[in-house]
Amino acid sequence: MVRFTRVALAYPDARGRLGPEVLRDVSFTLGEGSFTWILGPSGAGKTSVLRLMQAALRPSAGEVELLGIPLARARRRDLPPLRRRIGTVHQEFRLLSHLSAWDNVALPLRLAAIPESTVREDVEELLDWIGLGGKEDRKPEELSGGEQQRLTIARAVVTRPALLVADEPTSELDARQARRVLALLTEMNRQGTTVVVATHSEDLPGRHPARMLALEGGRLVTDG
Amino acid sequence: MAERRRRVARDPLGLRRALADRLLIGLVAAMALLAALALAGRSGTDRLAQRWRDGAAAAVTVQVPQPTPERMERALEVLRRQPEVAAAAAVDPARMAELLRPWLGGAEGLPVPGVIEIRLADLSADAVLLGDAVAAEVPGAVTEAHGVWVGHLAALARAVEGLAFAVLALVAGVAAAVVGVAVRAGLSARRDAVLVLHGLGATDADVAGRFARRAAFLAGMGAAGGTMLALPALAALTSMAGPLADGATWHGLPWLDLMMLPLMAAGVAWLTTQATVRRWLRRLP
Repeated sequence: MVRFTRVALAYPDARGRLGPEVLRDVSFTLGEGSFTWILGPSGAGKTSVLRLMQAALRPSAGEVELLGIPLARARRRDLPPLRRRIGTVHQEFRLLSHLSAWDNVALPLRLAAIPESTVREDVEELLDWIGLGGKEDRKPEELSGGEQQRLTIARAVVTRPALLVADEPTSELDARQARRVLALLTEMNRQGTTVVVATHSEDLPGRHPARMLALEGGRLVTDG
Repeated sequence: MAERRRRVARDPLGLRRALADRLLIGLVAAMALLAALALAGRSGTDRLAQRWRDGAAAAVTVQVPQPTPERMERALEVLRRQPEVAAAAAVDPARMAELLRPWLGGAEGLPVPGVIEIRLADLSADAVLLGDAVAAEVPGAVTEAHGVWVGHLAALARAVEGLAFAVLALVAGVAAAVVGVAVRAGLSARRDAVLVLHGLGATDADVAGRFARRAAFLAGMGAAGGTMLALPALAALTSMAGPLADGATWHGLPWLDLMMLPLMAAGVAWLTTQATVRRWLRRLP
């Protein structure tokens, strides 16, 4: 499902030269339908691991295999279909401000050329499920932080992805909103989606015990 | 609501706002106006040159000294036997006298040669051989063609046509540059939205296609407007050229070429946008 094999990652500078490695010799395998926490302090490399899992980067060394596709060797045209099978929840939401809540959630379905009647049905059902029924015409800035976070999750799961990757999904939320978001993620996992959540919170994993990968200084220091 | 959602489905990047529509339409309209004038100028020059070639190249004259009726009749008979001659006719002596009056006054006693006008069936016929054939039968007859003048006219016409093509190429190049700048500005304005779409699995063709359709639509609109704006100027030029170009009329304008201008502009915009957006997207994994 997800396999990291001796992965290293360095970001290129403006001239295209690789900078210092932010990930070094990272290896692990996540099974299908699993739930995994990725832990570590800021700068540990959590976001870089997640960006690799979103097929937003290719490793500088080693190999990342996502849903059967080896990223380092994949052709560029093979990546968009792979990305459509991965749901992403960003820490900073990344909702499109010129679109309504409804249209933001519908976006992945429209990119996949799903018929508009199916889009309407799926989006309305999902908006009700995340508690945003009745607010579908509001723009993201008219919603609270918690509502925007739930909208991001709705956009990530509307295509029923095989892999759901969430980066600090509760960082901007109060305790009640955080519990609600965690409930959404665990419900997705219960329905068969592989879920990976990065957090620096120590409380969150305690509420949903699962496998934990701890990173420090770009290295995997704990797997258990 | 359903209509608004359909509109959003077609434009999730919000390109209706991101691509500077009025600026792009205005600049492409100006380019199209220049292109329309160049196209009409090329067409008019081509027709004028053709008329000059037809008139001048076909107008070969034979001068017959001592133009007795027998010598004139003999010369006409020789000329009409030549396959490359379509028509040969003696110029009326009264008309000759009228043509010469401004230079020679009313000097009826001067020995004026008889003149035969020939229209060639074959414009490439050798006027020297024709002259030799007449002179063999009518001593002293001289044939005069206008090859040098025609050559200069043809060269001038080719130069003007080449210039018109150069203007069209320049206009297309400037239009492509304008579209490229507008699309880069649109990419900057919608950078985050493009990155979100890319992350959600949009292909390069999908993103580039959305930009290209919008740019092609705006360029087509601009070119249609520019062509319409050129029409009054073309009408005025046509009426001014009428007396010089055998009564050239409004109907003689290159309507097909003019109608193709919006399509051509849309095509240039579509190709430029595809190239610009795809090059930008190649920086992403």
